[in-house]
Amino acid sequence: MTVEAEAEAAIPADPHHIPEGADYITHEHGLKSWLTTVDHKRIGVMYLISILLAFFAGGVFALILRTELLTPGKTIMEADTYNEMFTLHGAIMVFLFIIPSIPAALGNFFLPIMIGAKDVAFPKLNLASLYIYWIGAIFTLIAIVAGHIDTGWTFYTPYSMRGDNSAVWMTIGVFILGFSSILTGLNFIATVHKMRSPGMHWRRLPLFIWGIYATAVIQVLATPVLAITLLLLATEKIVGIGIFDPALGGDPVLFQHFFWFYSHPAVYIMILPGMAIVSEVIACFSRRKVFGYMFIAMSSVALALLGFLVWGHHMFVSGQSEYATMVFSALTFLVAIPSGVKIFNWLATLYQGSISLESPMLYSLAFIALFTIGGLTGLFLGTLSTDIHLHDTYFVVAHFHYVMVGGTVFGFLSGLHYWWPKITGRLYDERWARVAFVLVFIGFNVTFFSQFILGSRGMPRRYYSYLDQFQPLHMTSSGGAYIIGVGFVVMAIMFAKSLKSGAKAGRNPWGSAGYEWPHPHNFAEQPVFTRGPYDYHLATERELFTGTDEEWDAHMAKKGEA
Amino acid sequence: MSTEAHGDSHFLQHHYDTPAQQFNAAKLGMWLFLAQELLFFGGLFVAYGVFRSWYPQAWVVGSHLLDYRMGALNTAVLLLSSFTAVMAVRSAQTGNQKATGNFLLATIALAGVFMVVKYFEYAHKFEVGFLPGSHFAPHGVGLAEIVEAARESGVNGVPYHLRTFFGLYFVMTGVHGLHVLIGMFVMGWMWNRNRKGEFSTRYSTPVEMTALYWHLVDIIWIFLFPLLYLID
Repeated sequence: MTVEAEAEAAIPADPHHIPEGADYITHEHGLKSWLTTVDHKRIGVMYLISILLAFFAGGVFALILRTELLTPGKTIMEADTYNEMFTLHGAIMVFLFIIPSIPAALGNFFLPIMIGAKDVAFPKLNLASLYIYWIGAIFTLIAIVAGHIDTGWTFYTPYSMRGDNSAVWMTIGVFILGFSSILTGLNFIATVHKMRSPGMHWRRLPLFIWGIYATAVIQVLATPVLAITLLLLATEKIVGIGIFDPALGGDPVLFQHFFWFYSHPAVYIMILPGMAIVSEVIACFSRRKVFGYMFIAMSSVALALLGFLVWGHHMFVSGQSEYATMVFSALTFLVAIPSGVKIFNWLATLYQGSISLESPMLYSLAFIALFTIGGLTGLFLGTLSTDIHLHDTYFVVAHFHYVMVGGTVFGFLSGLHYWWPKITGRLYDERWARVAFVLVFIGFNVTFFSQFILGSRGMPRRYYSYLDQFQPLHMTSSGGAYIIGVGFVVMAIMFAKSLKSGAKAGRNPWGSAGYEWPHPHNFAEQPVFTRGPYDYHLATERELFTGTDEEWDAHMAKKGEA
Repeated sequence: MSTEAHGDSHFLQHHYDTPAQQFNAAKLGMWLFLAQELLFFGGLFVAYGVFRSWYPQAWVVGSHLLDYRMGALNTAVLLLSSFTAVMAVRSAQTGNQKATGNFLLATIALAGVFMVVKYFEYAHKFEVGFLPGSHFAPHGVGLAEIVEAARESGVNGVPYHLRTFFGLYFVMTGVHGLHVLIGMFVMGWMWNRNRKGEFSTRYSTPVEMTALYWHLVDIIWIFLFPLLYLID
């Protein structure tokens, strides 16, 4: 053995040492290296692939639903099948896609990098969360294949007590998915509190992290209530303990209270990360320090807390006490305040910014517009008198989709486009990205704006058939859904081409001052932050350079000559 | 390569800078986990409150049907086990490996006693038909017990909603019992790690976190006992 080889062998193998020139994808190979990794970036990528598969499945169900609704009565399937389809669409989209989408996929990837940490606080727990997610997904699949689940994603009793046991499989699946969500949230809170690098004080924390942090608080405090609810539901179904079943003296309205105590905060689990991404993207593409940084940060926390106090507004017609409905209605209006604070601060950030309209920015601007429509229509539903008319109509469906798709999904797509070069190391075709955006944006509005009209005219949600007078609007809505579908196909091809043959991305293709950009990996040494993530006036030319390292060298050489 | 250079920080995971940071992160993580546990049990306590206010007679009779002596015994056993858990932490912190192992074993043993007592309670209720919800069918001794409990608490007849009381009784104590079993398993794991000498005066975090969890299991029982057995 030569002296050099001996010296090399004496150096303990650091499993996290990344050799020169390799990155988190190429430094190890093979399926096993992925399945046993504790690297937050790889875990984030595996989450990303998983949730995109779930999104695809949920999207296919959506298209099937809209096709069935083209005509009153039977179009392509029986009423029972239709009931199963909307249940699967809702359950998969909510529990397998939206809730883990931004926090577990993009959050995992960027949280440690943005605060200068080498990893999340508990890397093994992080991997365990992913496996728990997969196990929950398997149970959900069993429920789909083996059963006949037609309760809607809310599993309301006593209906969910009847029929076969597929509701139990689904319940167990969601129970397990909940654990994944709790453990991810717990991990992120500990990471934000304990893993920040020097200089990364709370007033410098990127707004993406503030949003993920507020989300994590909800995940930890709300999800266990869903867990016990589902456990009681499954026990009720199997043993008949008499908690929710009125025939045994149980109370179905108690189920609704329990369910919405989780599921209302859960919509903030879904929307806060979307808002978090928009805050980052707006700053980057306006080349400006975020206006009202602390207001945006604190409004995330305020939304997280208010989210726990408004669950009763889902139950205005459930027979809960009149006084409770009034209090819940008043509290619901409070939610508009932090939401408005965010919107106005984003707009103020745009004001006099140096705006460029690349695809991530387009999605973020669309988010602001669509979320505003979604949020304002929420006030219609929070008002007692109008809610009596609009309850359980397509108005609710449209409102929910404006917030969840127009909000969360557009936020997610904004983040996916924004960070795609960082995650994959490749650029994508901006022209096709814009084509996809236009298709998705137009399709979305056609689909769901027509549902506002349908709902205000009295079309009930979840119905298989409808009066002839609703058919033109239903056909419009379905047509919009197909446009969205085409938009996503274009987007998928665009991203696939980028993976296959996209140009190599520089370290910072958008010229962002954010902390996550100028570093090729996590950090060789612990970074010390000396400026805020939106301080464009303090960032160096090197940090904001958009090209590759070779281009930078050429740029410097040229400068030297001059 | 000197053992001092690596030997005293072998427990420090790569992504932490200092042992203190690692310990603080673990502690925060554990407290967050306990917070979610509280919310988890919180749902059951809310259900208890709702049904208690709806069916007070069933709750009065129900609490008389539970054997408060068994409950008190189990309360004493769990309190004692919390003490031995604390002593295990203390021993681990002072580097007394043998005592750590023994206190962990003592805690596991006390948890076992708790489960055995619980088994006798459950067995009796199964025998006389005090089953949850739709399976509620008291017979023989069970009926006599109900008559006696109703007389003691001044209630006429058998309240229909005793089945709901026993439904909640079995879910609450059952979920708690599951937590006890998980605690026993984790302490067994800690015992094994202690046996292998993984803990020292510089590193005893896992024992401390296990003890935190065990105290939560204890505290939940401290609420379950009076709510189910004592008050009427």
